[in-house]
Amino acid sequence: MTLDSKIPAGPLERKWTDYKNNAKLVSPANKRKFELIVVGSGLAGASAAATLAEQGYKVKCFCYQDSPRRAHSIAAQGGINAAKNYQNDGDSVYRLFYDTIKGGDFRSREANVHRLAEVSVDIIDQCVAQGVPFAREYGGLLANRSFGGAQVSRTFYARGQTGQQLLLGAYSGLSHQIALGAVKMFPRTEMLDLVLVDGHAKGIVVRDLNTGEITSHAGDAVLLCTGGYGNVFYLSTNARGCNVSATYRAHKRGALFANPCFTQIHPTCIPVGGDYQSKLTLMSESLRNDGRIWVPKRKEDCGKDPSSIPEADRDYFLERKYPSYGNLAPRDISSRSAKEACDEGRGVGPGGLGVYLDFAEAIGRLGRKTIEERYGNLFEMYENITGENAYERPMRIYPAVHYTMGGLWVDYNLMSNIPGLHVLGEANFSDHGANRLGASALMQGLADGYFVIPYTLGGYLTTQFGKKTDPSHPAFESTVREVKSRVQSLLDIKGTRTVDHFHRTLGLIMWDYCGMARSREGLTGAIEKIQKLRAEFWSDLRLLGGSAGINMELERAGRVADFLEFGELMCLDALVRDESCGGHFRTEHQTPEGEALRNDQDFSFVSAWKYEGEGKTPTLVKEPLAYEQVKLSTRSYK
Amino acid sequence: MKFHLKVWRQKDPKSPGRLEDYEADNIPADASFLEMLDIVNAGLTGKNIEPIQFESDCREGICGNCSLTINGVPHGPGRGTTCQLYMRKFRDGDTITIEPFRADPFPVQRDLVVNRAAFDRIIQAGGFISERSGSAPDANSVPIPKTTADEAMDAAACIGCGACAAACPNGSAMLFVSAKVAHLGLLPQGKPEKDRRVLGMVRQMDQEGFGNCSNYYACEAVCPANVPAAFIARMNREFTAASAKEMAGLPV
Repeated sequence: MTLDSKIPAGPLERKWTDYKNNAKLVSPANKRKFELIVVGSGLAGASAAATLAEQGYKVKCFCYQDSPRRAHSIAAQGGINAAKNYQNDGDSVYRLFYDTIKGGDFRSREANVHRLAEVSVDIIDQCVAQGVPFAREYGGLLANRSFGGAQVSRTFYARGQTGQQLLLGAYSGLSHQIALGAVKMFPRTEMLDLVLVDGHAKGIVVRDLNTGEITSHAGDAVLLCTGGYGNVFYLSTNARGCNVSATYRAHKRGALFANPCFTQIHPTCIPVGGDYQSKLTLMSESLRNDGRIWVPKRKEDCGKDPSSIPEADRDYFLERKYPSYGNLAPRDISSRSAKEACDEGRGVGPGGLGVYLDFAEAIGRLGRKTIEERYGNLFEMYENITGENAYERPMRIYPAVHYTMGGLWVDYNLMSNIPGLHVLGEANFSDHGANRLGASALMQGLADGYFVIPYTLGGYLTTQFGKKTDPSHPAFESTVREVKSRVQSLLDIKGTRTVDHFHRTLGLIMWDYCGMARSREGLTGAIEKIQKLRAEFWSDLRLLGGSAGINMELERAGRVADFLEFGELMCLDALVRDESCGGHFRTEHQTPEGEALRNDQDFSFVSAWKYEGEGKTPTLVKEPLAYEQVKLSTRSYK
Repeated sequence: MKFHLKVWRQKDPKSPGRLEDYEADNIPADASFLEMLDIVNAGLTGKNIEPIQFESDCREGICGNCSLTINGVPHGPGRGTTCQLYMRKFRDGDTITIEPFRADPFPVQRDLVVNRAAFDRIIQAGGFISERSGSAPDANSVPIPKTTADEAMDAAACIGCGACAAACPNGSAMLFVSAKVAHLGLLPQGKPEKDRRVLGMVRQMDQEGFGNCSNYYACEAVCPANVPAAFIARMNREFTAASAKEMAGLPV
């Protein structure tokens, strides 16, 4: 099997323009004949559903939450990047493109990333027109800040709630289209399988989470905008409901899963407090603009009151190791440095799993009022959770799983290897390589939904004129039957242990062996542990209630069952990628200073995995990464 | 810590519900209220009692999914969502009553889960700016004073949880509606549709069965996003002006 990424010919900076000039168009009269299925209502899903409906398509949009406004994009805090160069500080489309490729440690596709940088500027215009209340200067123009590893100020933000405001913008557009009858919305409805008709994605099977009813929906194309799979680690900054099921179900129907091991560990989260904990809370990375990260130089000082530790006894380890980027070093590097400090026994707080993020210097320089204005809500959140006042005592932070760069494989059109199945936002793999830069997730979700898919979808749809899917095709009935029997089989186990028990256990395995540091030995062992845990799950799960009506344990059980298969795929991918790159750190491959050691000779490719059946090892299909514009270099933030 | 819980259990929207008594033992003080319920649910499952159904998602105070009334107060003591309420705020041995948000337009689906689709329908009735993807002018072409942008952001911070309506003795949703009316009405981009928006949203709110505001300010007291009740007065002004125009036969 070979993968065709369908990258347009021509020079990099002309590819997207030429593509648009020559893209196949669907006429207004034909658009209304097509019915599209959009799964997920976050930034990618809501923006795609609203935009495609505006253009005249009939859209059905599904989400598991009780309202599309609650998708997890809402929790993004820091901001959204765009190459506007409003600050006149040297930014450009090329620089945003280059920073993204470099930040991704040269494991993403040039053409996709360049397109992302190009459309980034349109996103800001679009959002302002929708009424997104971005931060402004006194003169009335938009404010920017520098964010996580960028040397220019290209990040737009709305206090610490940028994701919320962007999502509410997309949701308002979606609501408008719902009111016009162009979108039919299905909240509290979860996709449980993909329906293939003659090898094309032509529908989905869903469960109504209120009634428990399992039904199918037919469409001319399916768009998965279902986010990432960070919850495979149980503890992550993701929402409780975030899951891999939609993309993993599609994977089991033939869609290739690309780079599943590429996970982002975010450096600035509130440390774990105890085993009762259900999630980790992210503190926006923007805090690193003014906060200084340190641990005591000596182990003996770790238990002391931080204010009693003199400057000379503090190790500002990021400033020491990366003088030019300092506390703004990219996420993977900052996270790993914090882990190293804690591994050396110099961590602070419960269990020694934390480092200080100190604002004393910034408060001295800017005054408490300015810090309050910039980060007030984050300081409040921190105090509420930990009971500590960060204006007076440094915050404690520790890395946590935050984002997943891997996802279903897509070509330049955002279409997977299954014709008709398109994948947008975090659910696809294409733009962030092995590590995502801060404030780029919101950018990608909205780029895909507002400005990419409206152009690229035509390429597929124009091959489908007159091929209306018959909802009575036997594939729909048989897929519904399979889903029903799977749901029943979960209820039939009648064992002794809860869903959460299995999820937590899986999470610990993933965190220990497939988290911030990975090794051949650890990963090999993890695969065996996961297989064993999966067998236990299917023989000892205790699930009460039935399939009718609301049964949230049943919802979780289905998701955890998928995580138990998917976790193994992640470990396998991490094992096969015998190099270190970005967030993927193989302990066997590091420089004497402990930096990631990439191997471009052997691993400059996308790993795309093909499902081969229950209990069989998936097949690896490689998409070579050809760099035409960028010269591969060793990432250095020193 | 140890608590005695009285929890609303209701099988489905049609069945009657009632408060059931459960014990919550060995609860860490640093656990959030929802984590306390997770622990209780694990215990119930062990005793073959179906777990308490409650909604939550982000667990960081922004998604607006949780819908619990704790000791008669939506989201419970303190200002913030239930997921941001920590057990250290209670006294060891407390009896805690947990019910769903109560408002006629929010029917109970099961246990502590309510249906808040009424809020989505109010937004659909005008809570947006009609524009098309790709048609926007440059973002800096219309300067917006910082104070205006900040005030719009104060309103836009609403998380749509519905605590305002659940706290109001009249079951009024005016804080929610006025927040959206103010957010969009303050910005130059939202001005062209100002009248249509306020008329559409207020009428939909009435149609859903929400009550009127009689200045209790219970909404403001429970709002996790600190949306000020002053926006309600602003909405009333906008509504009066738009209604007057409409009655005078002027285009809105």
